[in-house]
Amino acid sequence: MSPFFIFKNMSFLEKVPAVLLLEDGTVFHGFSAGKIGTAVGELCFNTGVTGYQEIFTDPSYKGQLMVTAHVHIGNYGVKQAENESGKVQINGLICRNFQLIGSRTLADEQLQDFLVNESLVAITNVDTRALVRHLRTHGAMNGVISSEVVAINKLQVILKEAPSMEGLELSSQVSTQSVYELGDSSNRKVAVIDYGVKRSILDCLVQADLHLRVFPHNTSASQIQEWGAVGVLLSNGPGDPAAMPNHVANLKELLSLNIPVMGICLGHQLMALAQGLTTIKMHHGHRGINHPVKNLETGLCEITSQNHGFTIEADSISRNPHAIVTHVNLNDATIEGLRYLETPFFSVQYHPEASPGPHDSRYLFNQFANLLA
Amino acid sequence: MPRNPDIQSVLIIGSGPIVIGQACEFDYSGSQAARSLREEGIEVSLINSNPATIMTDPVMADHIYLLPLTVESLEQILKERPIDAVLPTMGGQTALNLCKEADEAGLWEEYDVKIIGVDIDAIEKTENREEFRQLMLDIGVPVAPSRIANSFLEGKEAAEEIGFPLVIRPSYTLGGSGGAFVHKKEDFDALLTRGLNASPTHEVLVEKAVIGWKEYELELLRDHNDNVAIICTIENFDPMGIHTGDSITVAPAMTLSDTAYQKMRNAAILMMRSIGNFAGGCNVQFSMDPDTEDLIAIEINPRVSRSSALASKATGYPIARIAAKMAIGYNLDELQNQITLSTSAYFEPTLDYVIVKIPKWNFEKFQGANRELGLQMKSVGEVMAIGRSFNEALQKACQSLEIGRSGLESPKPTRDLDALMHKLEHPSWDRLFAVREALAMGVPVKSVQKATRIDRWFLLQIQHLVKLEAEVKRYTLPLIPAELFRELKQNGFSDVQIANLLGNGVTEAEVRARRKSFGLNRVWKMVDTCAAEFEAQTPYFYSTYDQENESIRSEKPKVVVLGSGPNRIGQGIEFDYSCVHGLLAAREAGFEAIMVNCNPETVSTDFNMADKLYFEPVFWEHLLDIIEHEQPEGVIVQLGGQTALKLSKQLQEHSIRIFGTSYENMDLAEDRGRFSDLLKALDIPYPKYGVSETAEEAIEIAREVGYPVLVRPSYVLGGQGMRIVINEEELESAVIDLLKSLPGNRVLIDHFLDRAEEAEVDCIFDGDETHLLAVMEHIEPAGIHSGDSHSVLPSFSLSESALKQIEVYTERLARALDIRGLMNVQFAIKNDKVYVIEANPRASRTVPFIAKAYGVPYVNIATKVMLGTHKLKDFVIEKKLEGYAIKEPVFSFNKFPEVSKALGPEMKSTGEAIRFIRHLRDPYFRRLSREKSMYLSR
Repeated sequence: MSPFFIFKNMSFLEKVPAVLLLEDGTVFHGFSAGKIGTAVGELCFNTGVTGYQEIFTDPSYKGQLMVTAHVHIGNYGVKQAENESGKVQINGLICRNFQLIGSRTLADEQLQDFLVNESLVAITNVDTRALVRHLRTHGAMNGVISSEVVAINKLQVILKEAPSMEGLELSSQVSTQSVYELGDSSNRKVAVIDYGVKRSILDCLVQADLHLRVFPHNTSASQIQEWGAVGVLLSNGPGDPAAMPNHVANLKELLSLNIPVMGICLGHQLMALAQGLTTIKMHHGHRGINHPVKNLETGLCEITSQNHGFTIEADSISRNPHAIVTHVNLNDATIEGLRYLETPFFSVQYHPEASPGPHDSRYLFNQFANLLA
Repeated sequence: MPRNPDIQSVLIIGSGPIVIGQACEFDYSGSQAARSLREEGIEVSLINSNPATIMTDPVMADHIYLLPLTVESLEQILKERPIDAVLPTMGGQTALNLCKEADEAGLWEEYDVKIIGVDIDAIEKTENREEFRQLMLDIGVPVAPSRIANSFLEGKEAAEEIGFPLVIRPSYTLGGSGGAFVHKKEDFDALLTRGLNASPTHEVLVEKAVIGWKEYELELLRDHNDNVAIICTIENFDPMGIHTGDSITVAPAMTLSDTAYQKMRNAAILMMRSIGNFAGGCNVQFSMDPDTEDLIAIEINPRVSRSSALASKATGYPIARIAAKMAIGYNLDELQNQITLSTSAYFEPTLDYVIVKIPKWNFEKFQGANRELGLQMKSVGEVMAIGRSFNEALQKACQSLEIGRSGLESPKPTRDLDALMHKLEHPSWDRLFAVREALAMGVPVKSVQKATRIDRWFLLQIQHLVKLEAEVKRYTLPLIPAELFRELKQNGFSDVQIANLLGNGVTEAEVRARRKSFGLNRVWKMVDTCAAEFEAQTPYFYSTYDQENESIRSEKPKVVVLGSGPNRIGQGIEFDYSCVHGLLAAREAGFEAIMVNCNPETVSTDFNMADKLYFEPVFWEHLLDIIEHEQPEGVIVQLGGQTALKLSKQLQEHSIRIFGTSYENMDLAEDRGRFSDLLKALDIPYPKYGVSETAEEAIEIAREVGYPVLVRPSYVLGGQGMRIVINEEELESAVIDLLKSLPGNRVLIDHFLDRAEEAEVDCIFDGDETHLLAVMEHIEPAGIHSGDSHSVLPSFSLSESALKQIEVYTERLARALDIRGLMNVQFAIKNDKVYVIEANPRASRTVPFIAKAYGVPYVNIATKVMLGTHKLKDFVIEKKLEGYAIKEPVFSFNKFPEVSKALGPEMKSTGEAIRFIRHLRDPYFRRLSREKSMYLSR
């Protein structure tokens, strides 16, 4: 394989050919960005124009190949303080125009350097719109990108080994292993169960004048009770909630304590499972920062940041007479928020902490704080 | 909240004649609003004095009032018709001001009319600079330090306090009129006086200048429930210091992190919610310090604006249409996304492409004008281009401008570094080109950034273009590697541009052939508001070089209608009117109507008008690719002005059918020499003339034809470069000037019929029969461009004999040129003898005026004649006019205080109004008529 150099002796992208192969055999060609290598994962697309850094470092995207619909990626470099976790979480990046040099005075480094340091394989110059349309039509599927192996038959072998997202538990891979605390210790105590928590959720809780202790994903109800938490936040995270029966069992116990619980994304799904509802895999998920949600209790609407490939099965609501749909997606009428009668529990499917995305839903953190004793 | 059932009848106020700062974007918003309300069963009345608009067409509203935009006219309407509500947010500042004036006069209250879509107090808060500043401070949104001044003395004090550089912003003005940056103390007094005078309330804001900060615009929608959505975020390529109407702008914002963007979004929402509780559109402008990302609010406009039109075209989200629905009570979540037809209207569009808007200036029409860009808008039109990268969109926008560039290129790059750096620091229409030249010359990005304060990201993109140019120059055409070729095309290089770079006589056709040999073909992608997340139903396309094509060809017979490109003096909204009617007529005649245009302000680029819209440069390469893909029955070039017409030669060469008059005959009419031979053969009088290529020849010809003579280049628009000279000395300098500015052109020397009267005719010929739309008699004599003349219809003083000659000559010409469709003929009449000055084988500027005056859908008829589906005899043409209609030219001289207001053969007006009078005793007409006799006796 001989790399094609357009700009010898220039600081431009040395054009190393790269390939994307989809599970259904579809092939896209492009050039390498980030690290030279091979990466597999479930393909998902995000339509947001801003926030690539937050997306790449969001633990909910663990193991996925991210397709960015916005045509320029890397425009404003990377700023460490805007990471959503300690590292890049996606498995690979697929984009149209990767920018080697971005422009932002406050940036710490260029995206290319960041990705190389984080060993992320990326492919650029791909017809990402065609790819998004393909995923929209044919649904989420696995894929492999490579800038070192371009032979399709070899990639097919690699791709076969990739597990399906359905039935995959991933929280254990991204959760903290040990507890840690944040916020002023004189404030009310809130336990955060970290299924793959985003930094900005913690920031929002601290800003709501709460004292946080972040627990690993498999923490039992008694450990939380022992600490004396007056409320619990069930965080976002990656993977299939249906593949987490132990977590759900833990949660059932936790809910029996009857202290206020707020769930976000995976946390929302796990709480629903603990309440007897069921979850299903969506055709191609919601990933973007422009999803319209209506709050059925206030009649007001909010533009939300979303990232989920599973959702609550609408019909299962009837199984729990206490489950009330509080928020609904205006585009496809999927369930976006739930609360449970006679309990201080509520949850949302989307990301009220945003980052990236609009801050319209941050009121939910205050709503949670107001529930706390 | 669903629709308010109390509102059954709405009055929409239009924006009046086109002036700099308020152009046909309000025809687009007004038309959208009218349609949006009518589909709700609301009776729509509309007032606008501008006859060239689509919105004033019977297809758009139930009752149209072509009346001057005055409180008296409003009262006349209210007396005639029960109106429940007035919607003043679709007609720019003009409509808002009129609504306010009527409100102060108590008109709305008296007739029990509700003002919808805006809150008068909100306007007050946003336009009064001091109230706005105070409000921002109250809600905690930073603004630049400033002080209000109502007198010269107060202004001086304010400047003392704030220091230089500073900005003077007059209250309640349009397009930044009277505003200025003041860098030096010496300049302050004069600019302060000008600013105070420009403000109707004699009030200016003296504000600290944040020159060089980044500039952004957000387009918002809010409903009665206080739900807000950001429809579009626009980043200005040109930093603070240049009016946004004169700035190159980009969407989505390219250099904003999510943190910085959300800060801006939050501030915008806070601002909109702070200015009263109305439902509708709103535009907020911010400035950001690139070093600290600190934000300041610049202004907020609680109405549909120029940027809303751009944002609608950029995202596919029809802002005016939805704003109108909200004005009658709907909330956003109750409405549907107009593009997907399956998702909610309450969402924020997201883009998987880049749009670039470049303004179009007409400085050559304003000799002596200060060409430096600043706070006051000077452009007359704009182009927008869509691409899958910034560079692709940028180069397509350059191709759309019709300034002789086939991309971001300079035909004659300067070698003078100082001159170039001066251009970078003192922005004018060509700064973008100077940036490329500087980078090509090796000026470091850092230095260009320091001189221009343009964000480094944009400069790096342009530098990439420069590197690609250097790379391609290393090759000959057969040796360009496929991958480089692909990269060139993905960066927007046109085939001509590549040919120019290769030099050695390489032609566009050769580059095209080579490109095709690599399988490098354009594909078309859809503008769908949602980055392909949802399936869209909208036939709105742009081209790019990518893997998948989304524009599927149908089996229906097709017609391509060529648009008129960016507005400019001499070719504006009138042609958009014709294009829209062409589309509608073609659809009625059973064709699939395909529109190609690049002007975001227009109704023709509204995706609801055509069966398929290609938002593309009206540029040969793009057009040919569309034609090869769509395989239409033919192309209509008669409706899009000179822009469309000049592509007919290439269409002919490629054996693509032109609907209507043949290329040969159009060319015959355009070629002065051959045309005069034709007139001679037809025994039609014309002023003596000659054609010259040098000053010597010109002098000889002038002696032959006799002074005064009219000097002009062939093939130009709106009389560009035309002059009347009375002696050899003047002639020599005029010819030399012309040949210098338009090298290679031939100069026409006509005997000028001094003190002649002027008239013009538009006609339709179908091969058998001629129909004269109207004979319009000009108030001003021959020698003043017809576009700058008052024309009266029908003629009021021409003799029977003159009218007969006009009719006979028109018919004779139409037959000889074998016109199919429209033709415009201009006449001079002296001593009752009629001379033909010129003939234009296309829809002219006056066609919409006539259609409005007589209430006859002439473009519809003409299009069907062109298409050959109908003959004139198939139509019943009934001219409805009592009295006379007068077309009144409107100028934008206030934007160029240093320019002479004298009129001549070169057109200077930017817009027009229509006025109906019952009889010739009308005081308005008598005043005009007095002026006429003054002209003729001079």
